[in-house]
Parts: sequence; structure tokens; C-alpha cells
Amino acid sequence: MLIKGRVWKYGDDINTDVLFPGKYTYTVTDAKEMAKIALEDLDPEFAKNVQKGDVIVGGANFGCGSSREQAASCLLYAGVGAVVAKTFARIFFRNCINFGLPALTSEKAVDALEHGESIEIDTEKGEILCEAGVFSFPPLPEEVVGIFDAGGLIPYTKKQLGIK
Amino acid sequence: MGKTFTEKVLGRKAGKDIVPGEIIEVEPDVAMSHDNTAAISKTFYNIGVDKVYNPEMHVIILDHCTPAANEKFAQNHKVIREFVKKQGIPNFYDIEVGICHQVMHEKGHVWPGALIVGSDSHTTSYGAFGAFSAGIGRSEMAVIMARGKIWLRVPETIRIWVEGEFPEGIASKDLMLKIAGEIGADGALYKAIEFCGPTIDRMSVASRFVLTNMAVEIGAKAGYMIPNAETLAYLRERVKTPFEIVESDPDAIYEAEYKFDVSALEPMIAKPHTVDNVVPVSVVKGTKIDQVFFGSCTNARVEDFEVVSNVLRGKKVHPEVRMLVFPASAEVYLEVLKRGWITDLAEAGCVIMNPGCGPCMGNHEGVPADGEVTLATSNRNFKGRLGNKESFVYLVSPMTAAVSALTGKIEDFREYQNDMRL
Repeated sequence: MLIKGRVWKYGDDINTDVLFPGKYTYTVTDAKEMAKIALEDLDPEFAKNVQKGDVIVGGANFGCGSSREQAASCLLYAGVGAVVAKTFARIFFRNCINFGLPALTSEKAVDALEHGESIEIDTEKGEILCEAGVFSFPPLPEEVVGIFDAGGLIPYTKKQLGIK
Repeated sequence: MGKTFTEKVLGRKAGKDIVPGEIIEVEPDVAMSHDNTAAISKTFYNIGVDKVYNPEMHVIILDHCTPAANEKFAQNHKVIREFVKKQGIPNFYDIEVGICHQVMHEKGHVWPGALIVGSDSHTTSYGAFGAFSAGIGRSEMAVIMARGKIWLRVPETIRIWVEGEFPEGIASKDLMLKIAGEIGADGALYKAIEFCGPTIDRMSVASRFVLTNMAVEIGAKAGYMIPNAETLAYLRERVKTPFEIVESDPDAIYEAEYKFDVSALEPMIAKPHTVDNVVPVSVVKGTKIDQVFFGSCTNARVEDFEVVSNVLRGKKVHPEVRMLVFPASAEVYLEVLKRGWITDLAEAGCVIMNPGCGPCMGNHEGVPADGEVTLATSNRNFKGRLGNKESFVYLVSPMTAAVSALTGKIEDFREYQNDMRL
């Protein structure tokens, strides 16, 4: 998969409440509406200006807090192509895999990337291309790469159960 | 080579010898979901399966917005009730029962050595009863409903050793905030935590729960303790499933070890907007507060009510403070009602609310206004957590919350000790 877009850069400990506020978890369920409130409590400019293929860059512990998977799916619905961080909180990381949203770990890339710059990610080669150069990221564990390749946990499960 | 508790429980489930870092597919003993079951059921049907793989595995508890705040929440609850009926899920608790993480153990759905998953991050809580329990996402719960299985990465284990006697009035919440402040919000990322040492062994069921409940706040996948005598007595009254206590081997490998001594511990507080932004209460003493949120799965049990009612009995909450009280469950509510403590709190000017999550994720029942400060006995103070990103949440123990409610300012309760019946 080739992802091309601009960088939206934020800091450490970006939590699920600022990605997708708790007060909406049972009331906003439509994908388009979810996209509109992505990052509402972190960066009100984001949802208005995000374009397909844009990449969110965060520091350590990205996605900490709640188990709510809307914190990952709202990014996907907003057009985000990938999230690059130094480390991910575990449930958020699982939710990304389960929705087929690339969650990539590269400390060096995060340090080098700047807000607004252009970025290209080649998920097959495991490379991030940007102004500062080329950075690699580790592949997903073999056991879960199938989930990601199937487009997420639900299509993967359908395949496993032989449901078309 | 010795095995940790986690390696033993997950290995037994996987049916093989496992090591940290390995990814395994396992069938949980119990799978808990709450108000998010409506969305989960929709995803479940989208998979194309009609019948839940094992209805007995699931425990569904309504608590996140109870009673429904508006028609959307009401519809959500209705979808869940219909799903439960259609699928014949026997373990369903409607809005009157309490917070999921409290109800789970009150109703016997948690036991030592069990593998429990829940579509809620605070599922780490059940480690206080010797279970391995971890939070998962909604889609994963839908897949468990469809095929009974989930993949898990076997985590490395870190050990947190606690010793010393708590000074009077200092509680497990102060200890947990101290740990969060020192280890950091990502200090236990992807790891299992074992809380151990003489202090942990002596602590009450409710106090131990505070630590495993908040293990996720420092990034942990699970928190665990060897059940002590009080915990086992509590479980024996409630659990019908036969169980065996699983413990780490003496020569098990830990990735890291931390040591804490509580004998000189001070009252601690987490400032806005992260759980690891922790200082002694004395540092922020005098900060004006508008609301006190005494509730949540962290601190709203009988022993917490004892502390708070002892402080407030015969006194009045400051006229410029709104103090909201949410018992963790109906069982807790009835017990503290019988003891007369609800009367004490109501006479002191508290607003007595129903058992449930209350404003903890900003749905209803106490959303603050712009610029307002809430002192909360809960576990999370992220920006916007209580429903308004222009407000501020500080996390404290029930003791600090109660004393501060009297003066309308954040207080170091030790300065008031002579004044109160502690």
C-alpha cells in the first residue's frame, strides 16, 4: 500500500478522549459524522482541513486511555492514511489493525517529521519517505498481518468462517 | 526457567508452553461488555453469524449512561435488551445494578486464574482477584461472539513491590497516583503488572482493586495480585465456578522491578490533563473547586463511603461546591444506606445519584461548565473527559475529595485531622 499526504504532528500521550470524545461514543455512529469530530478536543482545525492520505504523527503512548475503537475508526473515516508514532497504547494499536489502518512505529521518523510537510509511506517496503530522508518501520507480527491484509478484523473473520 | 502468572494462565489457554512476545489465539472464560453492546451486536450481525457462539461466556452490564440521558442512549439500551433476549444471554444486568467492573465480581463472574476480556479499558481491574483480564475493542468482542476466540500477545511482566504501613488517612489511591507519577503514563506499556509485597497482602479487597483498576493508566495490559485471605473469603461467597489460584514461580523472569514504601506517603493528586501529572496535594493546596465527583469504578465502594461520611457527618459541603455521589453498585448503595451514611451525605448537602458511571466519560449527570474545576475520585483526567474540554479535572482519594468539599478548595487533609473524626 502506498500512502501519500501531509503530516499532522502532535505530542506524547495523545489520548482517546481528545481523538474521539467520550460524550459521542453512543450518539455519533455515522462514518461521515464521526469524521467531523475526529480530534475535536485536540485540534479543531484538523477535521476541517484533513485530506485523504494525510498522516498523523504522534510521540509516545499514542491512543492511550479508553478502549473505544472510534478513536481509530474516526481517523480512517476522516481519510487518514496512517498513524506514525514512537509507541502506541495497546488497545488503540489493536483497534488500528482491526480496522486496517496502518499504525507504524518509528522513533526516528517522528523526531524528523514536521507538521505540514509532505510524506510518503510504502507499507510493503516498510519505508517512510520525507524531507529528512527515508526511515524504516518494523512489519506487523506474522500472526496478525492476515487481519490487516484482509482489510480488518471483520472481513478477516468472514473469510475464516467461510462467509461471503 | 520459571513462569510468571501471565505465562501460566495464557499458556494453559493456548495449550502450550509460551514465552513473552508470542502471539496466541485463546478462548476467554468470560467476556464483558456494557452499553457498547449495541454497536457490538450490529458488528456481530454484519459478520453474517446469527447465533452467539457461547452465550454463557458473555456478561453484559448497562452502566455508561444509566438511566438513558436522551433518546439515542435509550435506543442504544433497547437494542441491547432485545439482543440479550434473542441470543439467550443469561448474564445481563440492567441499569439498576451498577458499574460493570464492580458488578462483575459482586455477581461472581471473576475468579482466580480466569482469563477475562472486556470491551472497556478498565477491565484490568479483575487482577485484584487473581484473574488475567485485559481490555479489547468493540469489533474484537463481536468476533468473540461469532467464534469465541481472540488473539493476544503474551506480555512481559513487571513487578511492583510495595512495603510499609500507610500513614493514617492515606489510601491506595494515593499510592496508585504516586506510582503513575513515577513510572509514567506509558511506564508499563504492553506489560502485565504484578503488585506484590507485604502492604499489598494486607490491603482490603476494595483498596487492592484501585491499583489493578488503574493499571491501564500506566499502559498495562493487565494487573495482577495473589488473592489474599480477605479476597478469597469474598470470592467464596459469590463464585460458583471451581478455581485454583495461579501464582508466578519464584524464579520467574520479570522485565523490570519497582519498589515503593508507603510509610512516608503523602496525599497525592493528578493535575489536569494526564494521570501521570502527579504532585503531593500540598503543592496545589488552595486551588478553588466547583464540583466534587465521588464515584466511579475506582473509588465508590463501602470503605470509601466510610471515609467520606466520617468527614462530612454533621457538616456542610461548601455552598459554592456541588458534591455528586455515585455508589459503585446497588449492593454498595444498599449497604451504605443501611449504615446511615447516605443520610449523613444528603444532610451535608451532597447530591445522591444512582449507581453507574455518572459523568466519568462526559455523557451526563454532572458535566462541568467552562473553566470549572472538578475534584474526582475516578481514574482519568484527560482534557474533555467529563464532557467539557474547557474544564479541569484533578484526581484524588476519597479523603482528599471529602475534606476539600467542605472548604471549596483543594486541601491537605492532614491539616484538618484534629478537627474531624477520622
